[in-house]
This record gives sequence, structure tokens and C-alpha cells, in this order.
Amino acid sequence: MSRHEKGRPLPPGIDEPVFSEPWQAEAFALTVALHEKGLFSWREWAETLSAEVKAPGVAEDGSDYYDCWLRALEKLLAAKGVAPQHDVDQLAAAWQRAAHATPHGKPILLENDPQRTR
Amino acid sequence: MSHDHDHDDHHHDNELDPMAARVRALETILTQKGLIDPAAIDVIVDTYETKVGPRNGASVVAKAWTDPEFADWLKRDATAAIASLGFTGRQGEHMQAVFNTTDQHNMVVCTLCSCYPWSVLGLPPVWYKSPPYRSRAVIDPRGVLAEFGVTLPSETKIRVWDSTAELRYLVVPMRPAGTEGWSEEDLADLVTRDSMIGTGLAKEAP
Repeated sequence: MSRHEKGRPLPPGIDEPVFSEPWQAEAFALTVALHEKGLFSWREWAETLSAEVKAPGVAEDGSDYYDCWLRALEKLLAAKGVAPQHDVDQLAAAWQRAAHATPHGKPILLENDPQRTR
Repeated sequence: MSHDHDHDDHHHDNELDPMAARVRALETILTQKGLIDPAAIDVIVDTYETKVGPRNGASVVAKAWTDPEFADWLKRDATAAIASLGFTGRQGEHMQAVFNTTDQHNMVVCTLCSCYPWSVLGLPPVWYKSPPYRSRAVIDPRGVLAEFGVTLPSETKIRVWDSTAELRYLVVPMRPAGTEGWSEEDLADLVTRDSMIGTGLAKEAP
């Protein structure tokens, strides 16, 4: 351990909300629900998450914690063959197109994707 | 649309940021495969946003301060003692309660990722999940405590407990002086979240 490491400042200890954006809450809840469904053990989850939060380039202030969380969930689900990355990429793009095509104030539905094929 | 309320001059289209879109994509796949029920997801979010939090832990600590039998049970089998108050973990994890004394102060970290006793403290604060805390709590606990405004007598040892997916810790802070005869409820108000992680002390009696 370098001496330099000792001086890394801790983020401020303010009482921030549990989640700063709704998707973080959803990613968290998906993980809890899938674990309860028996798709993975909590140890498997913790190890996958650990690899992400220890990857180079993560924010010192912990602000990208749920980005790490979501990457870990995607990797675990891809490894289990439940949600291959290619499928997630395609569907995410479809959701973004659907959102863009949905008038303000209306619920965003995947059906609103202009490129949707039936 | 000619009768729009003009609450917004810009009328942006909806946009989903990339992370939000990826979560929606996962939800779509998992729902189609019958692996999740969207209504159950909402319940989990609501639970962790509004129902589970450090007040649970504070009631455990206050009970331990006032009820020696409960304190003894908490020391021997924290999982069962805590469950008796209705707080059970969702990941099948075991709980261990570590009691602060004048000889030893206890502090909790998770160097692996961010394991935390959700059932009694809710979800961890940002600093608990940050790389500096995860590394410095182990290397220099006294320095970390100083940053939290806590200075302990030099003869008080500091023991750092590293959480795992299977074992989570609850620090039982020392009962503040001058609180003899207080009700559990009043005592619980003195128990802060940080005091149960070990980066703080219980509040002093006013």
C-alpha cells in the first residue's frame, strides 16, 4: 500500500437519498428478486459486483456505484445465458427509440419503437 | 396537439439515458422469461426506499442497552435475536453484533464490495461503498475515525470487521452516560446510523 493511499479523501458523509435515479432502484430490485428466485447465490453476486467496483477507473467518491452494479448484473445474466449482451444491446436501443418517439407526458412503451417488427 | 397545457415551452421528446434503457431491456427479457414480476420489483423498491432503515438497528441497540437478557442473546446469536424483532435478511446472511467497550471500539467495512446489514441499517451510504473507505478503514482506522470527528482514547483498541456476503456486522455502541431509566424509544433516538457502522458514537444525552 502506498502512503499516498492514506490521503485519499472520503466522500462527504451527508445523508443522501438511497437511490439518486429510478433506474438504480430498479437494477437493485431486479438483483434482489432474481437472487430470491434462486438464479444465483449471494456470494456469486458479491464476487461479481466486487470485480466491477474494483475495476480501474471507478469513481473515488462512489458516485458510479450503481453503474458498477448494473454492469455486474448484466455480466452475471449473460454468463448464465439468461440475457445475452447482444439481446440487451438491441432491446436497449429499441427502448431509446421508443422513448424518443413517445410524446411528452405519455407512457413510454416498447410498442412505440418506430423500427419495431412484428 | 393544440390543447396542450403550456407548462413547458420546450416540449422535449422523452429520452431514456443509456443506463435506464439497459435496465428496461433487462426487465423486458426477464419478464418475458417469467423470471420476474414487475409488481414484485416495485414492492422491493418501496421497501428499501421507505421501510427499511437505521431505525431498525437503533431499536435493536436500545433493547440491548435496557434488557441484559436480550443483550446476551444478541452476543451469542445475533441472527436469531434480531429476527425476534422482525428484522430478517433477504440474502440468508448471518448477523454478528459487536459491542463497543472502553477497551475496544469496533468498526465495519466491506473490502470485497459493499456487504452491509440491510435488514437493520437499510442500504449503505455512499461513503461506505467508496474505494477510499474500503481501503483506508483497514489501513488507518484511527485516521478515518478522525475524519468522522471521532477521537478515541489512545488506550482504546480499534477492531475492524470485514463483512462478507454471508456475515454482516452490527456495532452496538456504548450507552451514553446519564441515560439511566430512559425508555427504549428515547434511547433509540440517540443511536445514529454511523454509530452502528462504528464510524460514529451514540449521541450524548442532552
